[in-house]
Amino acid sequence: MTNLTILILFPLITAIAVLFCRNSAQIRWTALAGSAIQLILASLLMHSYYAERAAGNVSQMLFESRTSWYSALNIEYYIGVDGISVIMIMMTAFVVLSGILISWKIESLTKEFFFLLLLLSVGAYGFFISLDLFTMFFFLEVAVIPKFLLIAIWGSGKKEYSAMKLALMLMGGSALVLVGLLVTYFKTDIGNGVHTFDLIKISHQHIPLETQKLIFPFLFVGFGVFTALFPFHTWVPDGHSSAPTAASMFLAGISMKLGGYGCLRVATYLMPEGAQYYSSVIVLLATIAIIYGAFATLMQKDLKYINAYSSVSHCGFILLGIGMLTKTAIIGAVLQMVSHGVMTALFFGAIGMIYDRTHTREVEKLGGLLKTIPFVASVYIIAGLCSLGLPGFSGFVSEMTIFMGAWQRPDAFHRIATILACASIVVTAVYILRAAGKAVMGPITNSQYNELTDATWTEKSASVLLTFAVLSIGLAPFWLIDLITPDTQLIMENLARGVLGN
Amino acid sequence: MNGNFYIALIPLLPLATFVLLGLFGRKYLSSISGIIGTLSLLISTLISITTAYNYFLVDGKVNGVYQKIIAFNFTWLQFSPNVSIDLGAILDPISVMMLVVVTFVSLMVHIFSLGYMKGEERFATYYAFLSLFTFSMLGLVLSTNIFQIYMFWELVGVSSFLLIGYYFEKPSAVAASKKAFIVTRFADLGFLIGILILAFNAETLDFGTLIERLTNPASPYLINATTLSFFGMSALTWGLVMVFLGGAGKSAMFPFHIWLPDAMEGPTPVSALIHAATMVVAGVYLVARLFPIYSFDVTALHVVMYVGAFSALLAAVIACTQTDIKRVLAYSTMSQIGYMMFSLGVSSYGGENGLGYMASMFHLFTHAFFKSLLFLGAGAVIHLVHSNEMKDMGGLRKLMPITHITFLIACLAIAGIPPFAGFFSKEEILLAAFHSNKLIYGVALFTSGLTAFYMFRLYFTIFWSKPSYANASDGRESHAHAEHGEGTSTMKIPLIILGACAILAGFFPIASLVTSDGAALETHIDIVFSIAPVLLAIGGILLAMNLYKSENDKPQKLAISLGGFYTAAHKKFYMDEMYLFITKNIIFNIIGKTAAWIDKNIVDGFMNFLAGFTALISELIKGLQSGKLQQYAIYFFVGVIGFMLLFIYIWA
Repeated sequence: MTNLTILILFPLITAIAVLFCRNSAQIRWTALAGSAIQLILASLLMHSYYAERAAGNVSQMLFESRTSWYSALNIEYYIGVDGISVIMIMMTAFVVLSGILISWKIESLTKEFFFLLLLLSVGAYGFFISLDLFTMFFFLEVAVIPKFLLIAIWGSGKKEYSAMKLALMLMGGSALVLVGLLVTYFKTDIGNGVHTFDLIKISHQHIPLETQKLIFPFLFVGFGVFTALFPFHTWVPDGHSSAPTAASMFLAGISMKLGGYGCLRVATYLMPEGAQYYSSVIVLLATIAIIYGAFATLMQKDLKYINAYSSVSHCGFILLGIGMLTKTAIIGAVLQMVSHGVMTALFFGAIGMIYDRTHTREVEKLGGLLKTIPFVASVYIIAGLCSLGLPGFSGFVSEMTIFMGAWQRPDAFHRIATILACASIVVTAVYILRAAGKAVMGPITNSQYNELTDATWTEKSASVLLTFAVLSIGLAPFWLIDLITPDTQLIMENLARGVLGN
Repeated sequence: MNGNFYIALIPLLPLATFVLLGLFGRKYLSSISGIIGTLSLLISTLISITTAYNYFLVDGKVNGVYQKIIAFNFTWLQFSPNVSIDLGAILDPISVMMLVVVTFVSLMVHIFSLGYMKGEERFATYYAFLSLFTFSMLGLVLSTNIFQIYMFWELVGVSSFLLIGYYFEKPSAVAASKKAFIVTRFADLGFLIGILILAFNAETLDFGTLIERLTNPASPYLINATTLSFFGMSALTWGLVMVFLGGAGKSAMFPFHIWLPDAMEGPTPVSALIHAATMVVAGVYLVARLFPIYSFDVTALHVVMYVGAFSALLAAVIACTQTDIKRVLAYSTMSQIGYMMFSLGVSSYGGENGLGYMASMFHLFTHAFFKSLLFLGAGAVIHLVHSNEMKDMGGLRKLMPITHITFLIACLAIAGIPPFAGFFSKEEILLAAFHSNKLIYGVALFTSGLTAFYMFRLYFTIFWSKPSYANASDGRESHAHAEHGEGTSTMKIPLIILGACAILAGFFPIASLVTSDGAALETHIDIVFSIAPVLLAIGGILLAMNLYKSENDKPQKLAISLGGFYTAAHKKFYMDEMYLFITKNIIFNIIGKTAAWIDKNIVDGFMNFLAGFTALISELIKGLQSGKLQQYAIYFFVGVIGFMLLFIYIWA
């Protein structure tokens, strides 16, 4: 698996094939087969990546290829992967496959629904393999539009408002990113005054300090909107709660990670001095997101709102890890992206399964589900335990890595931020157990719940798949660490080159 | 002994059982899940005993000193070149002793549960959770790395959560399980920060290296850690106190003890295992594990001592007023753990001065047997009476002779009557306290009198008091109970075995095996010294006998004469109410509601305002794009004139 283009071509072909299907069974099976093969492709990619590294290939990016796209502006279709992108692709493949499985019973406009889901995944895969900033931006936009339609058409509650809010805020974020990218572009010079969007080349250029100071906020905040940077996180609760299950899974699992990845790969990597200059602000905003998101979750009464606010808190860890600018913390941030991706998909999947059966997400109205639908209820509890950072699940690994990395900053400001972030895990335990205690444990609150049927085979497969992902990170984190440490090293070297670092 | 991978089987067998029963138990193995769990644990127990035999008697000792042996160790999560979480197994006197205690008590509980939990719908799940707990506890005991202990620490916490909430349809059980998890999690936050502080200062997470770097006076790490000061305490003290907070949470020390009495909502055998013999002593174990460092830091050690002694006294006072049999035992557990804690607090490292450390470990060892026996006995009683309340019991001694005798043995043991197990360990603790701190000694002595009193209050109320249980309740019910009897033989056998242990454990030569520095310690029982505590204990028993042996109104009169103090103790000194006030009013209503309100109205309000504002502006200016040619012509002319004026008067 060395031709990366297959990763975007294949889901695209699947999406188009879906359009030609004649009935909903065909649509489902096509989408399922496509995303299953995509997971195999992602695994093969990871395998080849390991093999290549084991063979001693030390170049920064592997499996590179470039084609000129628009030569007048030196825009290229330039792709390649390092350990961080490989693991993000892997995570995306897991979430997409389980999202397809969990949407098995979608009846209205089935064709369009699966088409949009697959299109969204094309955007995500493309984003993670791009090494050309413009191409990257293009795929970022591809990933935004389907979300608007998915929520506005198949959503629930005040779906038009939520869809509009989400699309506008994410577009606002993209606009900031675009400004940042263009200024960066015009500041580059690869000889004879030629500018470039090439990420690797830019990283070797020295962008003037003043430009970095000016542009870093655009890039970081722009990507930050995607990953629920405080105070631009308000699309998250409304967006998630209105979205259909699979869209929530994609949104929280994949889309929010596009932002984190961009903050790391583009903003921090290309603007090392800007990152150092603004690092306190990032840490401050991330800490607010973490602790304030956690407390805001306490008061939520809807399972989806609980998980959405909890995502704000958990994604705050990604930004905190990046903002701490230590190697351990950045490794932790990458781990948190992957961990939160699969964990939150599992969580939204469980909530969707509960909602499909009980037609409510109100914590107060639910109760005793562990008795009537033990599989679904257990999935909810497992996701909850993962979310509150229980050892053995992925959340523990990533959060502890971030804490260890954050503690390496010995000044009082960073210490307080770290302690507050640590304190959030207690609040997390409170809201998770409160929700689980009322909704799935306790006495049966509604006699109709006795009639419920437990998970179907597709729902079971989706849950097992994601649980497997969560456990494989949580039980054996060392393989992930080996994968991403060299790439983090490069980011750190770039940071150390910055004048402010010395 | 390096490379002894078979040690890994001790925790891995219960883990395998957990996975097996967790995945397939309910559907396929429901009827034999108890047998599977018990048999796999039996193998673990045998390996543990073999390991203990090998360690203590064959090859653990070098030059008269027991060594710390790393059986195996591998890197699990590398944070930075020197700092990593390792998973491994350490063999030293305390871990080997704990291995035996944990597997043995767990085995007894597994066997007891075969009868006690029979007919439960989720029988397999129960055994799966028990196995998960046993695995986590064994992992905790064997930890070679402070982060490893934290991981298993959380895992025992969640197993405890799952088992307390085993009857999840009961709202009280759900509430209790939540409370236990959240209170200990809050304490664990301290533990985590403590780990971060220690790891930052010693640049390692490995216990051996950590202890070496923070105890060697010449080590730059130690000098650095003791000179850094924050609010008048050095980084080292902060680290140790924070770690102790975690220990205080798990071990139900004041002020984190509030979860333990509620945790009694779980099935009684679970209380015997988790909330009496094993998990709740994890805090003591943690302090003992880091004891070389603690012994260097007077402040931290004083915290351990005072918290332990105060908890011991407070719990004993509350225990005298409780009416739920399991809650009395829960407070008694807290009190006894308080003994173990302050015993560590009065100790120092090495030689004669390490008496407190040895005594603490000795008490941990004996307490595990007689307290689990008390809980299993209580379980047998509850099984028969179907109530936890003492008023529903009485006169049971004829109906359940084995339970009666073994319960009596355990009561004598905990009261400190020679030659039962508790006497020996408690004597050592009192002796250590006497030599170190007279105030603590006084508290300990008084508490031991109270202990004898409340334990025999319990004993007499259950087994004597009313003439006979059959007469006390209505005929039909008692008939059913008589058939029921004491329960199955699987319930009686553990009682008998543990009863024997409660008699004999005191003669176990802990002093020569488990000491702070690994070298044997010479101890002797001083008859003169023992007179006071034994007399006090006998006094307590006689008082309880006077008050509770037969039904009378003396206890009530006593309670009335104590007035407000009795009420306060009965209400557990309003600790629950205080916590409830803080969580409900401050955390939920003030902080939580404010955060949610700000988010909805200010942060999101601003976004909505922005959107509304944009819409408003566009509403205002959309008239400009009317598509009417005449209008555009006017704009054009006005513009031209405006520019002309500008050009003529300003630029020119």
